[in-house]
Parts: sequence; structure tokens; C-alpha cells
Amino acid sequence: MSPLTAARIQMELSLGFHMIFAAIGVAMPLLMLIAEWRWIHRQDEDARRLAHVWAKLTAVTFAIGAVSGTALSFELGLLWPRFMAFAGPLIGPAFALEGYAFFIEAIFLGLYLYGWERLAPRQHWWCGVAVAVSGAVSAVMVLAVNAWMQHPVGFTLSPTGAPADVDAWAVFANPAWGPMAAHSTLSCYQAVGFAAAANYAWTLWRQPAAGRYARLGLTIAMAVGTIAAIAQPLTGDLLAKRAHHQQPAKLAAAEALFETQRRAPLTIGGWPDVERRETRYGIEIPGALSFLADSDIETEVVGLDRFPRDQWPNVAVAHVAFEIMVGAGVAMLGAALWHWLSWWRARGHDALLPRWLLVALVLCGPLGFLALEAGWVVTEAGRQPWVIYGVMRTADAATPVGDVWASLALFTTVYTGLLVLLVFFVRRLRRSEAA
Amino acid sequence: MSLATLLALVTFASLVAYAVLAGADFGAGIWDLVARGERRAAHREALAKAIGPVWEANHVWLIFLVVLLFTCFPAAYAQASVALFWPIHLVLIGIVLRGAAYVFRAYAAGSDVTRDAWGHVFGASSALTPVLLGMCLGALSTGDPYRWYDPFPIATGVLALLICAYLAAVYLAWESHDAQLRDDFRRRALAIWWVAGVASIAVLFLARSEAARLWSGLTSAPAIVFIAAGSVLAPVSFAALRAGRFSLARYSCVAQIVALLAGWAAAQWPYLIFPDVTVSNAAAPASTLALTALTLPFGFAALLPSLWLLYRVFKSRA
Repeated sequence: MSPLTAARIQMELSLGFHMIFAAIGVAMPLLMLIAEWRWIHRQDEDARRLAHVWAKLTAVTFAIGAVSGTALSFELGLLWPRFMAFAGPLIGPAFALEGYAFFIEAIFLGLYLYGWERLAPRQHWWCGVAVAVSGAVSAVMVLAVNAWMQHPVGFTLSPTGAPADVDAWAVFANPAWGPMAAHSTLSCYQAVGFAAAANYAWTLWRQPAAGRYARLGLTIAMAVGTIAAIAQPLTGDLLAKRAHHQQPAKLAAAEALFETQRRAPLTIGGWPDVERRETRYGIEIPGALSFLADSDIETEVVGLDRFPRDQWPNVAVAHVAFEIMVGAGVAMLGAALWHWLSWWRARGHDALLPRWLLVALVLCGPLGFLALEAGWVVTEAGRQPWVIYGVMRTADAATPVGDVWASLALFTTVYTGLLVLLVFFVRRLRRSEAA
Repeated sequence: MSLATLLALVTFASLVAYAVLAGADFGAGIWDLVARGERRAAHREALAKAIGPVWEANHVWLIFLVVLLFTCFPAAYAQASVALFWPIHLVLIGIVLRGAAYVFRAYAAGSDVTRDAWGHVFGASSALTPVLLGMCLGALSTGDPYRWYDPFPIATGVLALLICAYLAAVYLAWESHDAQLRDDFRRRALAIWWVAGVASIAVLFLARSEAARLWSGLTSAPAIVFIAAGSVLAPVSFAALRAGRFSLARYSCVAQIVALLAGWAAAQWPYLIFPDVTVSNAAAPASTLALTALTLPFGFAALLPSLWLLYRVFKSRA
């Protein structure tokens, strides 16, 4: 395995792993706060139990998110020293603000987790607010870095290839940041909302009379998940329009569009055949992609034909990941609407939710995380072969160290083990909930 | 003072904060690992209770340090990442395993067997990580950072381990309400004091042959002032422990570590990585330095009161 390939896999593994824990660490505090609020204001014992269980999950995932995030802050340099030597001064300010936010989050999480007895209920709740807010701010700041890699700003290239005329503020004035931050941060709430909902739907499916504890858990989780599910197509649309203007190769790859054209079709499904430059087996909606790209079906959408072959992203990966993300999003939105319709009918007379709905919600459980990871693949695979879009190729950023395969093996072992353990932990929490 | 110098000092201050705060958390893991005898369960409980609410916040100093390094001194970060590829990777594995083991033990252990297993992972990674971190620091001073496994870096690694254990024992002696526990940790601190003293002298002795530039820095002003201060503070902390004056012991022990690190930094100055990378040749463009410096007062205005609250709630003796 070449060091470049190994470095890419190690980075993908580390980020893909970290994101699961980071997403739970960002979104779980919100669920926990809603439950605790209900307990404080209505003395609802079920809500208190929910808050405690969700706090435990937050504790474990935050800790693993924190240490795997630490690993990433070093891996950036260990795997991509040339990228960091170039980009450090340009993206560093966003990381610095993320650092403060993360610090606040860690401090108040300590107060929250160990302060149930030591703090007054309202003080305790406000500590949780600090955790939830600073968690979201951290995510938004990290996304400023990613937005910069997609749309680098704030420098000119000197003849030696180093950045010149550096404007460190530019990372915060990047037009690519807003839609990306919104879309990706919301995906955390959606993933966690639907995963938690699946847990309680599963309980209710197995024991229809499981009672209000599971129903309350389901309702809170679905409230958070649904708001995100509704907002996601809107922020995603903004992101697609950004890509149309700033990263046409990414949009072309995600939509598997080989030929530049007006009235470009939106291809649903299908397999891009890169050799023959066509997408087979897909369903085409004429003009829909042009309309999505710039609100006009006459818009010319740039296809991959405008780019030299060696600047194409991996089209199959980007397109399939994009389809998975959109498909999962549509499925979750449908399930959410069904849930609230049934909830509306059942409220008041304590009726049970339809069993098929519970099955659908259980099936939607992994979809939020699947969509989150797939969306990340779209944006990152769609940026290739560049690490800094149009400026530095990924291959030129990699470490000169030869034995990256060994560090990859080490990280793979540790992270796989930890994922397995997380599953065991969630099962244990479920059992403790039943007790 | 130039902005680069100011930010180098802030980076150094983060290192000091990490050493005296997270260092003690590593130390707690070390004492957990070596807990023996009939009171071992009580020891482990006291150790876990002491670090539980604060270790995550203490850990963030490392992240803060590395962010400052790649933002303000990107060339140093890049060179260290290549030269120290392996020890840093091992540090990361240590940090990940340690954090995971701690929370799984605290929240997920069903039986005593899994609890003990997690305890061992936690203890072992708590012991190995500071050794490797100390080796990384030592390797920055020798002139060849690629040779992080030479005698001098190994000696600084061992010294880091002992310092962590010493800090933890002193803090625990100060924190414990139980007289028996307090005495246990006091005796451990006194024993480690001797070992750490010998190790410090060994490091100095090795520096003379293995890190000549550092040695000449350590033996002249201003570093020698810090080394002298450390030599005065060390017996003070020892005497305070003997006399059971734990508050004084705690302060003098922290001051001793600060003096040691300050001596190293002053001797190392102006190099970040000897002999190629200095504070000025690695410094980021002025715009980045200015913006980073500008965030400091705002960031710390939010951080310091929060940290104060955290320690007040969990670390006041009342």
C-alpha cells in the first residue's frame, strides 16, 4: 500500500469514527436538556430518568469524541504535514475559536455530569445549556476549516508556492461556510434524533404497553429529528447552489453529469460508467438539475467534460454517496411526517402508535448516521484530487514517512474495538432503562 | 516583545497548564495501576473521584497547545509531525485508550472483571503516554528530533512519568478527607520525590553529552535562575510534605514543575526544534499572529471564570 493511500484511509477512518461520537456529543445534550427542563417544570419522573440516561450517553461519547478529536488535531500534521505547513496560518484561527468553545464544553460537561447533587436544578440545567451551545459552536468552527478547503480564501500564491498576502480573517468571511455549517451541524441533530427515536420505537414495538417513559423518549427524539429533517433539504439546496458556482466538478460528480448542458437532468440512482462517460440505469428528471443549481431550468450546468481527466473526483463514489444521503433524507422525512400524524391522532386518548410506524422508525434509526457519513463522503470525495481545492493536490500534501500502513493498522484496530464497545454500551444502557 | 514571542510564551503557558493539571490526571492513572494492598480499592475510588469532573477540561490544554502550534508556528508543527511520527502516534493511541477506558469503567462496567480490565487499560495508558510525551519534548532539544529513542529523550520521558506521579500524590494528599488515605499518598509522594530527584540529576548529566546546546543554555542565565529556583523549591515541597503542610506542599510542588519547564524553555530559546526551527523562522504571517493574539483576551475572559467555577465546585476542600 502506498503511503498516500494509507494516509488517506487513516484520515478517512479517523474522521469517520470521530464524527459519530462528535455528532452524538453535539446533539445529545439538546435532548438531555429538553428532558431535564420537563422534569424541573413538571416534576415528570420519566423525564428525569431520560435526562440521566442521555447524560450517561453524552459522557461516554463526549469523552471518546474528545480523545479521537485530539488524535485528529495531530493527525492533520502526521499525515499531511505539507498541507498544514501551508494552511495552518489560514485555518488556525477557526481552530483556535473551536478550541475555546471545546474548552467551555468540557468544563461545563464536568459540572453537569458530576453536579446533579451539588448544583441547584436550574444552575445544573444552565450548565447543560453551556454544553449544548458550545458543542454546536465547535462544530460550526470546524466546518469553517472544511469550507476553506473547499473554497480557499485569504491569500495569494507566491512564486515559491507558499501563501502570501495572508488575511487570517478571511476564513470567517468565506461564503462557503454558512450553508456548510448549517447543513452539517443539523445532520448531527437529525442523526441523533432518529437513532434515539429508533431505540424507543423498538421498546414500544416489543412491549406496546411500555408506557409513557418510552413514549416520552420517542416524542422528544422525534421533535429534534423532525426539525432537522425539514431544514436539511433547504440547507442542502443552498449547498448545491454553492457547489454550482464554486466547485462545479463536485456537483458534476455528485450528480454524475458528464456533459455540460442546459436543462440538465437530475439523475436518480444509476451507476456512472466513467469509461463511456454515461450514467446507466438511472431515472432522469429533465431540467431538474439546472433548476436546482440556479433556480432556472435554462441554467447551464458544467459537466465533467470541462475538466481534464486527472482533475475528476471519483464519480462513482461521489454519486452513490450522494444518492444514499438524499434517499436516507427522504425516507426520514416521510417517517417523521407519518409519526406526527399518528401522534396527533393518538394524543388525548392515549391510543397506541401503529405498529408499522414503529417498524419504520426502527428502520430509520441508522439512516441519520448513514446520511451524515455519506454527505461527508460527497463533500470530501467531490473535492479530490485536491486537498485545497484548485491549490494543492492531496498527493502533494502527504507525509514523506514511509510506514503509514503500520499506523493505519494500529488505528484500525483501536477504533474498530471502540465501535464494538460502544454497541455493547448502548445495549447495556437499554437494559438499565428496562430495569 | 514581538507577537511571535508573545504567542510562543502563551504556547509555553499551555504546556505548563497541561503538565500541572493533566499531568496529575496521568499520575492518578499511574497510582491506580500500581495500587496494592488492602486499601487498593479505596485508593482507586479516591483517584477516580478526584479526576472525574476535571480530566476532560485539563486535557483540552493539549488541544489548545497543538492548535497554537500549527496556527502560529506551522513549520515547527510540520517538522515535528514528520520527525516524531511514531512517538506521537503512540501518544495518540495512549490518549484514546485512556479516555475510552476511563469512561467505560465509570459508566459501563457491569462486572468486577470488566471493571478491573478497564482499570488496567486506563492505568497502563496513563503510564505510557507521559513517557512518550516526555520523549517528544526531549527529542526537540538534542539536535536530531528523529532520534527520539536515544538515551536523553528516554530520560526526559521517565522524568515526565515521575513528575506526573509526584503531582498526583501531592494533590491527593491535599484533597483526601480520610486521614489514612492522606497518609498513604503522602508517603508515596515522599518516595517518588527521591526517585524524581535522581532522575532530574540524570537528565542534567545526560544533557551534557547528549544535548550540548541545551546544557550550555541550562548552565547560563536566564535558565540557570529557574534551575536554581527549582532546586530551592524541591526541598521546600519535601519538607512541607513531611510536616503535613499539604497546601504549601501543593503550591511548592507546582512551582517546582513550572521552574523546571521554564528552565528547559529558557535554555531551548530561541529554538522550537533544535537546530533548524526557531520561534522567528517558524512564525506564521503577521495577520495570523495578530488575530490569534486578539482572540486571547476574549477567549480567556470566557475560560478563566468557567475554570474557576469548575475547580470551586469540585476541588475546594470545604
